[in-house]
Amino acid sequence: MATNSTRPLSPHLQNWRWHATMASSILHRATGVANYIGAVLVSVWLVLLAAGPETYAVWEELNAGPVGILITLALVGFTFSVSFHLLNGIRHLVWDAGIGFDAKGSNLRSILIMAGAVIITAGIWIAGGLL
Amino acid sequence: MSDFRTPLARVRGLGSAKSGTGHFIAQRVSAIALVVLMPLFLIKLAKNAGAGYAEAAAWVGSPLGAILTLLAMTAALYHMRLGLQVVIEDYIYRPATKAALLILNTFVAAGLWIAVLYSVLALAR
Repeated sequence: MATNSTRPLSPHLQNWRWHATMASSILHRATGVANYIGAVLVSVWLVLLAAGPETYAVWEELNAGPVGILITLALVGFTFSVSFHLLNGIRHLVWDAGIGFDAKGSNLRSILIMAGAVIITAGIWIAGGLL
Repeated sequence: MSDFRTPLARVRGLGSAKSGTGHFIAQRVSAIALVVLMPLFLIKLAKNAGAGYAEAAAWVGSPLGAILTLLAMTAALYHMRLGLQVVIEDYIYRPATKAALLILNTFVAAGLWIAVLYSVLALAR
């Protein structure tokens, strides 16, 4: 296919200095994909539950064994992933209303949202007494 | 102003694929639903899922549990199908691979939705 040499080229990730809005934008995609995987696991869990106590025992055994630590870590990661995607998703909806495009404020909100997701995750797992 | 379209695109003259606005709106509407549904669902799920089979099954099967689970999972599976579609379209260059992954994305979302629907209704009886 012929290409037009006058078309503008966007420098890719390696050419940019990392900054907050860039990190939050990439994290929004990454957490979206992570949430997809999380939703697959929640669906599988619901099927195991519906299959009855004998089948559900497989999940409970996994959770009690050494794999249980990995499951807990995955759930902590999932908590962060959902928290971040939710907070940043609200920001996307605000953007759709045409609000919040100033450079300084965008950087600040990126940092606040990333910190907020960490605080929510820590709050649920530490203060909630689950860990 | 210079034209940034490729020569091929200019000859084809098709413009955009014309379904972008519908996709955009569907993504936003499901997002608004999820802002409310997902925290409610996940907090209730976390409270009820850890205490063994009987409690977990009783909660998912209860009227509030079943309805909340179906609402949240339906909105989530719809929203994530739309979201991953964009990710695939952005990063996968080869047309055959792209088409295969887009179809797989639809099958996974549809398959999970039916599985969740069946499971919750079976528990709710």
